[in-house]
Amino acid sequence: MNGISQSDPQRAVEEIYRSQSRRVLATLIRLLGDFELAEEAMHDAFMAAVEKWPRDGIPSNPSAWLISAGRFKAIDVLRRRKRFETGLPGEPELLGAYVETPVYEENSVVDDRLRLIFTCCHPALPADAQTALTLREVCGLTTEAIACAFFTSPTTMAQRIVRAKAKIRDARIPYEVPEREALPERLDAVLRVVYLVYNEGYTASSGESLTRVELSMEAIRLGRLLAEMLPEPEVLGLLALMLLHESRRPARLDEAGELVLLENQDRTQWNRAQIQEGKQLLERALVSRRFGPYSIQAAIAAVHSDAPSVAATDWSQIVGLYDVLLRLEPSVVVELNRAVALAMRDGPLAGLAALDAIFDRDELKDYHRAHAARGELCVRAGRIKEGCACYERALELAKQAPERRFLERRLKDISWDGTGRPRSA
Amino acid sequence: MKYLCLVYGEELAMSQVDPAHCVAFDEELRAKEICIASEALLPVESATSVRVRNGRVSVTDGPFAETHETLAGFYLIEARDLNAAIQVATQIPPARIGTIEIRPVRQLPGRVLGADTRNETAARNV
Repeated sequence: MNGISQSDPQRAVEEIYRSQSRRVLATLIRLLGDFELAEEAMHDAFMAAVEKWPRDGIPSNPSAWLISAGRFKAIDVLRRRKRFETGLPGEPELLGAYVETPVYEENSVVDDRLRLIFTCCHPALPADAQTALTLREVCGLTTEAIACAFFTSPTTMAQRIVRAKAKIRDARIPYEVPEREALPERLDAVLRVVYLVYNEGYTASSGESLTRVELSMEAIRLGRLLAEMLPEPEVLGLLALMLLHESRRPARLDEAGELVLLENQDRTQWNRAQIQEGKQLLERALVSRRFGPYSIQAAIAAVHSDAPSVAATDWSQIVGLYDVLLRLEPSVVVELNRAVALAMRDGPLAGLAALDAIFDRDELKDYHRAHAARGELCVRAGRIKEGCACYERALELAKQAPERRFLERRLKDISWDGTGRPRSA
Repeated sequence: MKYLCLVYGEELAMSQVDPAHCVAFDEELRAKEICIASEALLPVESATSVRVRNGRVSVTDGPFAETHETLAGFYLIEARDLNAAIQVATQIPPARIGTIEIRPVRQLPGRVLGADTRNETAARNV
C-alpha cells in the first residue's frame, strides 16, 4: 500500500476503509452471494483489522487480508445460523455450498465492482431502486444520505433497497458483466443511472439546493471506474459529458448562490483541467465511430468550452450536432435546445418558429424551461408583453427555489424599463 | 433454479404464430434439458375461475383478470440464474408479439421440487 505507514496502524485501517471498503464489499458479495451477509462480514473484517494490525503489523496486501477475514467471519455467521435453525452443530461440509473458494486476484477484484454495478442496474429491478442500490452498494452512501438526495424518507428508501436486494436474491440476478450480445442494452441502463445521479447532483429537480456536489462527484467516480474497466465509446462519452459540465460549476452560481446562465458566466472560472480531460475522452469516443447520444452531447458541451463568449460560439456546429442527436435519439427536450441554438445562429424569430412548432404539437406545455426560453426569444424579438406572459407561465410551473428566484428577477428586469435588458448590463 | 415463463399476448396476434415454429423451439429446449414442462393454452373464453370463500365455492366464467394480453401458454425451465432465464425467454417465439413474464419458482419447505415430477413424467411416457 502506498503512503500507508506501518507506524500508525489505526490510521492505516481508516485510510484503507475509505479507499478499499467498496472493493472489499463487492468481492465479498460475489463470494457470498448475499448483500447483508457480505456487509456484515466486511464490518467484522475491519473490526478484526483494528484489533490485529497494531499487534501483527499491516499485511502486505490489506484488501486480500480483509476479503479473506470477511469470508471466514461469514462462515462463522452461517455456522451460527445453521446451529440456530436446526439445533444441531453446523457442519462445515454443508457450508461449502454457500461459500465458494476465494480466488483473490487484483483483476477479479476490479471486475467485482463492475459486476456489482451491472447487478444494481439490472433491468429486472425498478428504475428508482437501481439508482438507490448503486449509490448504496457501489458508492457506499448511507441510506439517509440517499433518501435526503431524492427527497424521500429514510424509511421509504430503506424499503426500496431491501426489496431490491430481496429480488436479487430470490430471482437470482447474477453478479456478472453481461455477455457481448446483451452488453449494449445493459450498458445503456448503467449509463442512464450514472447520468441520472450526476444530474440529480447538478440540477436538483426540486427544493432549495441547486447543486449537490457529492452526488455529481460520485457519478464522475462511477464514470471513471467504468471508463477504466469498460472503455466503450459511450462510457467515455458520458464521462466526457459529466466533466465538461462539471468544469462550469464554479461559474454557475454567483456569490449570493443565485443561478448564472451560460451566457453570463465568467468563463475564466471554468475548470480548464476538467475541460482538457473531457475533450481528450471525447476525442477517443469520436474516433471509434461507434459513438452515441452521450458523446454528441459531450461534443456540444465541448463547443461551448472552446468559445470565449456566447457571441463567439460556433452556433452552426451546435445546431448541426443537435440535428445528429435528434436523429439518434428523438426527444422534445433536445428539440427545445436545438430551437434555442437556432435562435443564436439565425436570430430570435427563427428560434421562435421552431419553438412554436413544438408547442403546436401540444408538447412541452408543462415544462417551465420551454416557457422561459420562449419568453427570452420574445423579448429579444422585441415582443416584450408576450415575453413577460411566457416568463409568468414559467414561474407558475417552476419548482426549484433558485430557478424561481432567477425567473422572478428576469421578469422584474424586463418590465422595469421595457427593453428586456438586465438592469446591471 | 426453476423459472416459470408465462406467455402473454393478444389472442388474435397469438393465433398468427406458426405452431410448427413453436413445436420446433419446444423440442430444441427439451433436447437441451432446459425445459421441464411446457404447454400452449386454449383461448381465454375457455377459462373458468374458482374461488373458495368461507367454505363456499364460487365458480365464474372467464380468467382471473380481464386484460388486453391474456395467458397463452407457459414454459417451466431450469436456468442457472435470471440472466440465463431471460436468454431463454427472448427465444420463445411469441416474445416478438407478446410478453413473457418470468417468475422464479418458490421452493416450498419440505418438498424437493422437480426431480421426482420429472421422473414420474418420464415413467408415464415409457
